[in-house]
Amino acid sequence: MKALRNYIDKIKPHFEKGGKLHMLHSVFDGFETFLFVPNHTSRSGVHMHDARDSKRTMILVVVALIPALLFGMFNIGYQHNLAIGIDPGFWETFIFGLLAFLPQLIVSYGVGLGIEFVTAQYRGEEIAEGFLVSGILIPMIMPVDTPLWMIGVSTAFAVIFAKEVFGGTGFNVFNVALIARAFLFFAYPSHMSGDQVFVRTAGTFGLSNPQMIDGVAQTVDGFSGATMLGQLAITDAPNFTEFSFHSITGGQASLMDMFLGFIPGSVGEVSTLAILIGAALLIITGVGSWKTMLSVFLGGGAVILLINQFAANAIMGMPPLYHFVLGGFAFGAVFMATDPVTSSRTEKGKWIYGFLIGALAIAIRVFNPGYPEGMMLAILFMNAFAPLIDFYVIDGNIKKRLKRSAIKNHERV
Amino acid sequence: MKIELLCFPEIKESDFLNKNSFQFKQKQVIYMASRIKIKKGLDIPLMGEPQERFLGEVKSDLLKICPEDFTGVTPKLSVKVGDEVKAGEALMYDRNHPSVKVASPVSGIVTAIERGEKRRILNITVERKDENEFVDYGVKNALSMQPEEVKESILNAGLWFFIKQRPYDVVANPDKDPRDIFVTGFSSAPLAPSYDFILKDQEKDLQAGLDALSKLTKGKVYLSVSPKTKSDALRNAKNVVVTEFEGPHPAGNVGVQINHIAPVNSGEVVWTLNALDVAVIGRLFNTGKVDLTRLVALVGSEVTKKGYYKMLIGTSLNEVLKTIPKPDDSRLRYISGDPLTGRKIDENDVLRAYSSQITVIPEGNNTHEFFGWATLSPTKYSAGATYLSSLISKLNPNKRYRIDARLKGGRRAIIMSNEYDQVFPMNIYPEFLLKSIIAFDIDKMIHLGIFEVAPEDFALCEFVDTSKLEIQRIVRTGLDMLRKEVE
Repeated sequence: MKALRNYIDKIKPHFEKGGKLHMLHSVFDGFETFLFVPNHTSRSGVHMHDARDSKRTMILVVVALIPALLFGMFNIGYQHNLAIGIDPGFWETFIFGLLAFLPQLIVSYGVGLGIEFVTAQYRGEEIAEGFLVSGILIPMIMPVDTPLWMIGVSTAFAVIFAKEVFGGTGFNVFNVALIARAFLFFAYPSHMSGDQVFVRTAGTFGLSNPQMIDGVAQTVDGFSGATMLGQLAITDAPNFTEFSFHSITGGQASLMDMFLGFIPGSVGEVSTLAILIGAALLIITGVGSWKTMLSVFLGGGAVILLINQFAANAIMGMPPLYHFVLGGFAFGAVFMATDPVTSSRTEKGKWIYGFLIGALAIAIRVFNPGYPEGMMLAILFMNAFAPLIDFYVIDGNIKKRLKRSAIKNHERV
Repeated sequence: MKIELLCFPEIKESDFLNKNSFQFKQKQVIYMASRIKIKKGLDIPLMGEPQERFLGEVKSDLLKICPEDFTGVTPKLSVKVGDEVKAGEALMYDRNHPSVKVASPVSGIVTAIERGEKRRILNITVERKDENEFVDYGVKNALSMQPEEVKESILNAGLWFFIKQRPYDVVANPDKDPRDIFVTGFSSAPLAPSYDFILKDQEKDLQAGLDALSKLTKGKVYLSVSPKTKSDALRNAKNVVVTEFEGPHPAGNVGVQINHIAPVNSGEVVWTLNALDVAVIGRLFNTGKVDLTRLVALVGSEVTKKGYYKMLIGTSLNEVLKTIPKPDDSRLRYISGDPLTGRKIDENDVLRAYSSQITVIPEGNNTHEFFGWATLSPTKYSAGATYLSSLISKLNPNKRYRIDARLKGGRRAIIMSNEYDQVFPMNIYPEFLLKSIIAFDIDKMIHLGIFEVAPEDFALCEFVDTSKLEIQRIVRTGLDMLRKEVE
């Protein structure tokens, strides 16, 4: 460590003003502060600071995502093996998923951080840590079989047009990861839904290769890669009791399977259990707002119970627990809605904001079967309205103050 | 907010809640204390609390008065180099309100006037004479004086700078009548000195000062105490309304107290002081002398001998500070005041005008923490639960931390929400107020309550801020610009 520190101190002058590598000072600074806590001391105001900083906060979100990430990667391999009818054992299953996911993660971080570094350098600012979270979220919410170039393009689009043009981390109106997802959803709809994209049937780096006939991977009989919500959207069942979920090989899928995550879907959203572990970490450390999370579920629950009363088809009759474990509802509530920058920033506002996200997500997915991605659209929609919610909350405070002044002035007369 | 009325038969609790202020029928009674409980806030568990012991008097040959301490005052010199002054004679005055003067703490000769950029006066140095000669302002009883006479007495003696005003948190404008006067009888700041200890043997001066203040307003004088306050002079002070404030820092901040008792409305002015300064004003009435002697606590994790010293405002601290051992390769940070709002001084600087505390902490500029963002070290303190310190504090509430002066992170845009709110116990949205100040949106600032706040009220926000913004400086700039614009 000492040697590393000495080395950094030695090369540092090159990156400072007047040094020959000054043009790369933001990047250097980014790496230096990643390795060592900056030792600038306070010049004005308080003479001591809390140990938590932006890096610590962002890293905690990433840590909270790890359970969902690990399970999701395992599930890629698990679903793949089911689809092609092999069982190579736990580790190979996991490694298959890891190798399928890793390139996506690398592309997402590579493209996103590259743009962050360039813009930070251009503005002469330090590199903000916001993308540490966005970069891992992006591949986690994409269908598992999304081509790498699409991840690259959507990440670039989201980082540039949803974040940097607004001023960078802290100024974006919309959640960056969701913009990347929405970009692909609208630009390449055929790749984003349907029954082909949520299960990886092709092999990865020569692992678990399926039998190929005419360039098409052969799957087991009765295979269908439709997600649970996809199945609901196309079912003929007149009500929920006559409908049953099936796994990709045609067997029955229970509520417990869905809760644990043994279903097709994106890496992040499949296991509600893993998401809840992450949620617990976010709440305990105070990084994520429990008010937002809870109110998303309250809003969703309220609308589901209402719709259940007028059920005219299977999805309208589906009880709340199923809704909560499917279609990224929990993932959105825990990791997307709580993004402090795009969420409502007042405590009262968070209740309203979360409640409306839950309510809208359910409404979209129930009444528009073409959009099982209700959660994504609901959060993006409410991102746009968060400032308005805050405006009214703040206005309440302002009115109280004005009223107090008015009473006082009246008394004086 | 929870309000408990301990004993007050004339008013109902509902009245109190609705109007936020008492309606008293008679003056000259001892009001029983009501209690207000504050939940939001933070007591930073710092190492180096003061020990209640007296360590001696510090005297220096040269005393310096620094005009920058007197916020809102545009300094004009009353003396020039070579002049002879008595203790209590004016050294400088405010250009905008010439009646507001600053008294010399000792008798002697003005030996230097140091100026900085744009000829700004940095400090006025007085060399002490062997015999301290005081200007005699005459022993007076404020209660039997007219309000104007009381005001004149304080102004003439050059002690007016102790009285500050809201809005703007500047030295009070003597031409305006304050709605009420608020005196804080304790400090909840980190490592704060005990007002009980300092005010021991000054009970009469304190009461005389409060009596004088009670003449200066048609409203009331509010005095706050903490549940720990034992001093009879504070708890049973006469001619004031005593309110007990319970809770973590910033419960002792006068701004928080005003916000809970009777907030400042636009168009109103209130004056604020702390009880230690009130005692200095009281001393003027009881003795006829300007005696700027204070009991000052020397605190902080680096101080080996913690306790109280007696010294005059402007006394050079060199003698005291050089006794503190310095670690081999790192520097120390000396602060005149508390670690959240005090002024950074160097080893040869002096006791600043409003300080009753000198804090010494490590500078930390030589510390390079490897992978600090990933650490699980129990020695790192954070108010939030992202480090182990919150767990440790729960298991062992007596654990104390040694915190240095590093920012411990890079400056960012505001990212986290609800951080400031948790340590800001006022009915104000701190983040939105800050944003309106940054944008200098005057209407918004006023609507969001800038008239009610002082930079010190934001000190904890600045401490906990993950974005490491200079919040107090932002608020100070906003107040100064607004004052220029409005007045």
